Parts: sequence; C-alpha cells; structure tokens
Amino acid sequence: MKKRFLVQGNEAVGWGAIDAGCEGFFGYPITPQNEIIEWMAREFPKRGKVFLQSASETGSINMLNGGAVTGKRVMTSTSGPGWSLMLEGISNLCNAELPCVIVNVQRGWNATRHAQTDYTSLTQGGGFGGYKTIVLAPDSIQEIYEHVQLAFYLADKYLTPVVIASDAILGQMMESLELEKINFPRLPEKKWAIKGKSHHKDGERRSSCIAQGMLPSKKYPNLLSFWKSYDEKLKLIKKEEVRYDEISLQDAKLVVVAFGYVARVCQEAVNAARAKGLKVGLLRPVTLWPFPSEIIKEKTKQGVLFLVVEDSLGQMVEDVKSAVEGQADVHLISCLDRHLPLEEGAIYPEKVFEKINTLLN
Amino acid sequence: MEKKWVAGTPKLWINTPVPIPFCPGCNHGTAAKLLCDVMDEMEIDQDVVLVVGVGCSTVVYMLVNVDAVMVAHGRPCDAATAIKRMLGKDKIVITLQGDGDSLAIGTESTIHAAARGEKITTIMLNNGNYGTTGGQLAPTTPMDTITTTTPNGRSDVHGYPIKASEFLSNLDGVAYSARGAFTSTANYMRTKKYLKTAIQKQKDGAGYSFVEILSACPSNWHMSPQESLKFIEDKIIPQFPLGEHKNIDKK
Amino acid sequence: MAKGEIRINEELCRGCGYCEMFCNSECIKISDRISSLGLPLPEIVNPEKCTACGFCAWMCPHIAIEAYKYV
Repeated sequence: MKKRFLVQGNEAVGWGAIDAGCEGFFGYPITPQNEIIEWMAREFPKRGKVFLQSASETGSINMLNGGAVTGKRVMTSTSGPGWSLMLEGISNLCNAELPCVIVNVQRGWNATRHAQTDYTSLTQGGGFGGYKTIVLAPDSIQEIYEHVQLAFYLADKYLTPVVIASDAILGQMMESLELEKINFPRLPEKKWAIKGKSHHKDGERRSSCIAQGMLPSKKYPNLLSFWKSYDEKLKLIKKEEVRYDEISLQDAKLVVVAFGYVARVCQEAVNAARAKGLKVGLLRPVTLWPFPSEIIKEKTKQGVLFLVVEDSLGQMVEDVKSAVEGQADVHLISCLDRHLPLEEGAIYPEKVFEKINTLLN
Repeated sequence: MEKKWVAGTPKLWINTPVPIPFCPGCNHGTAAKLLCDVMDEMEIDQDVVLVVGVGCSTVVYMLVNVDAVMVAHGRPCDAATAIKRMLGKDKIVITLQGDGDSLAIGTESTIHAAARGEKITTIMLNNGNYGTTGGQLAPTTPMDTITTTTPNGRSDVHGYPIKASEFLSNLDGVAYSARGAFTSTANYMRTKKYLKTAIQKQKDGAGYSFVEILSACPSNWHMSPQESLKFIEDKIIPQFPLGEHKNIDKK
Repeated sequence: MAKGEIRINEELCRGCGYCEMFCNSECIKISDRISSLGLPLPEIVNPEKCTACGFCAWMCPHIAIEAYKYV
C-alpha cells in the first residue's frame, strides 16, 4: 500500500529529500519557506541526518559548499532576498562542479507572498562568471516531491547545483502526496569526494577549489581547459535534459506558456476555452533552464500565436520571444493583470480565458 | 659521519613544479610549514581536511599533502562546519585564513562557528592588512598604520582594530583561543604548542579552537623581513598580547 | 665541534635573512653575493658552531634550508 496523505508544498520538499537520500540540510528562516527548515529540523536528526540552521543565507550556501565536497547529498532552501545572497555561493559551486540542490520558494520583490519574479535570476545565472544551473519548476505538491529526487539525480549526474523554482502558493497550499521513491539509473562512485586521505583507495589526496582554471590542477591545467569543459557540459545538458508538459498542443492555434502555480491557473482557463471550441493549448516548461526552445520553434513553424502568462512584469516572455526568432506574435499576461492590486492579488483563470478569447476571435 | 634530518622540507609538503609563491620573509610560508610539521608529529594527516579561503593563504591548499578545499572569501568556517558535521568526529577539520578572511567578510562565519562550538580549528594568519590585493586596511590593522586605504594612518575615522583571540574567548562555544608569533625561537616553540593544543581540543571534542598568529608582511609593510619581525615584537605585541586567552576542557 | 650542518638551496632563497636572525650560534651571515633572483644570499660562517637546532630551516618561508644532526 503506497503511503498517501495531505501535505503542504513546503513539507513535500522534505519528503522528497528523504526519498532522495539527502543527508544534510543547511538553511535559514525566510518567509514563505520556514516550514521547510522547520520540517527538516524535526525530521532529519530523527533519521540520523545533519540539520543545521546557519546565521544567514551566505552561511547556508557556504555550508552547502562544505557538505557537497564530502560527496554526500546536501540541500538548502530560501526565497528571493536569500536567493540573491546565495548567488556568489552558487557561482562558486558551479565552478567547483559540486552537486547540491537549492529550493527557491519565490516571493514578490520584497513582498512576502507569491510571485514569479526570480525567473531571470534563476535561469540566467544571476551571480558572476556566466554559469547556468538546471532549474526545475514543479506545479503541484506531487511534482515538488518528485522534482527534489530528480534534482539530486541530475546534480550528481552532471556535477552541478540544481535549483527548484517553487513559489509561495505552491509552498503554502496542501494537496495529496503519494510517497513513491523514484528509482534512477545508477551513477558512478564519487571518487573525487573529500573524506580524508585514509578513505581514498589510492592513498592520494583529493582537493576541491572554487577557482578551477585559475589555480592550475591536473584536471584543468589552464583557464581555457576549464571553459571548454564547462561549455561541453552545458551543451550536453541542453541536449539531454529539456523537460516540458503540454495540454492539447497538437492542433492549437494559440499556445499558452506558463510555469509553476500560474500553469495550474492556465490549465483551468485552457480547459474552459477548449470546452467552448477554442483551439488553444498549454505548454508548461518543467525545466526553466534548459528552456524548451525547440518545441516553441516547432509550433512557430505551424503559425501559432503565443500567450505567455507569468506573475512578474515579463521575464519568461523574453525566452519565448528569443525562441520564436521574430516569426510569431508573443502576447503577455503579467503581474499587472492580477485580480487585486495587493500582495494577495494573483493571476486568475478568468483573466487568461478572456485574453484567449480575444486573441482567437 | 651519519646524518639525521632535523628540519626543512616538511614530510607533508607537495613539491610543486613552480617556486614557492610567498614574498621574501612572508610568515605564511613559515606557518604552513609549521602546520605540516604539527600534523606529521600528531600523525593526523590521514584524517585532516584543510579548508582555505581567499588571500595569500589560499595557495597553501595546493602545497600540503592532505585533503584540501578552497572556498569563498570569508567562508572557510561555514564550509568546515558542514564538512565536520557530515564526516563525523574522526576527521580533523582545520581552516587556514587571513585576518580579512576570518574577521571582515568572514565575521559571521567565524563568530557563529565559534558560538556553536563547532569542533573545528581555525588558524588565523594576522598580518594586519589585505596582502594579496596590495595592502589595504584590515580589521586588525593597528592604529596609526599607513595602508593603501588609510594613506594618513589608521585613525578614529576608520575605527579600532579587533583583537580576535580575546574577542572569541568570550564565546561559550570556544574551548581554546591563543595568539602566537614567530618573533623569536621561544615564540616559535610556543606557537607550535598552541597549534598542537588547539588540534588536541578538536580531537577531544571540547569545542571550537582558534590560534591567531601575528605574521610579518614585509612587502606591504614596506620593511625588510628582519625589520618586520622586530616591528611585531616592539609595536604589535604590546597591543596584541601573546598567550592563551582561553583554555578549557570538554564540558 | 659541529653538532650538525645545513644545506642552503640558493635557487629557492629569497634573501629574507630569517636564518641569520634565528641562528643562536651566529653560523649564518647575509653575504654580498646576489642570487639569480637578485636577492642577497646567506653564507655559512663558523660551521663548527652549528648546534643542529633546526631554527634556520623552520623559520625559512621558502624551504631553502635543510638541517641535519650528526648521529
């Protein structure tokens, strides 16, 4: 009998972490993800895993650096303001090629409720150096649980931090969760892990460095060798790891593009529109990076319209515009179209339906 | 005549193909070698993880034959905290940092690791300036000192230096806090003892241990190496007294 | 009678003078000779006074000195 129960989105992160074999969580309080660190504080030590509250997000991300070099699965979580504090740390983790998972439960620009205003910072590598991290965007409690496990697998596979873009609505809402641990393909042993010389079978020391390429090593004797290797890694991820979900895209004349809680809203609008005979589909990027540009290019060739719906002034719309390469019209429903001018305002299905109607008639 | 080796290239030194990259008379070189000798004599190198930040001490992680990690400026104590907690009490985690790294940008990391009583050892090489970047003001720069960002000398405009060893000894999580220097053979031997005691505190699980070493920086002090050691003896030690400021056993 | 001896690697020496400063037996003096790096080189004067204390080697930041004890 599979275990099934009602759980909050933030707590689903914890359940995903347990089933992923996460062994360390280092976090700091920030609304709206305090439930994550509180769950971890209760549940991790019980299971012999490490939980530590740091003194700030810069503390958390650097503890993550330390945890990750040991080869064990470690993670942290935060929201917008804390995310920006972590950017230097994430740049360093990418350079050092260390696997770990970071959850960003997005909140408005210094508001504390939901928004999708970190998209550009999440996907364009907001720190320094030109790194990219894989970014997963769940839209349900079940998916949050699954994405945490997927994130750890991808992090270990490509030796990179993986980010999960949640938001305050997903984090705070409750849905049923079915616990079923995902079995991923086996990955090679982490021979690079730092555990003290006594641990290493070849007796040689191991080292880890956040300035690979600058400080010479056997692996990267110079800067160019590091850049070449990193470039190939990103190309491989772009080729292999694009993920998206779709509803009735086949004969759609208008494609709605949305992620996270907004995708759930658009789902309702798209279903209502289809019931009225409107040929509309929904494309939901599951990986915000690598972005599903290819499917957008394909639909562009079929002469569709695009309607990007996102709870910001328009960030993902730039990626869609880039993918269509000027060959299709791209419309936007943004945070200016929220139902209330307050923090509690959100993008409602009626607004999306209205726009779909206008565009297709 | 039979000869027995007494001192020189430490057993744990990695003979790099590039010359040792320290300025003439830099005490970082002396300290790094001393750390190697201490780890060798205590027979702990198989279980050590060395964590460095950014500064003149960064390069040490490439020169010492133990597992070693370089992390962001100021953050070795955070990374060391996680490494120790993930790997367990059998591993000896040592951070090697400069004064700017551990006391300016790293203040949060250092103070909270100390307050939590993390079973790690921090060695702070205090040369009173940001050496790698050309000699700017640092948290431990003594009053009246001319640096590239205090061209008229440190005055109350820039505030007052922090005495790390005394400061940290006030935290309950700290089991050991000491300050040493290399100004004489006696001080060298005492500093070696402080390092061994600090590492033993970690092995005993007594709490956070901290050793501050007053280091000469002849390049940025614009003095000869011999003058620099005299300067530490005459001008710095009176303001930054040597000795053990805290030494307690496991609670 | 010397209790030991030291070897100085002139390629690594940076002319800092710590060896001269720390030798309790005045065995080392900074000379007028210049190394290939343009820095003053130490020379061993009074080798018979060497006590093999090792301090010159311990203090040298550039690992230019190896010290040996006679057994």
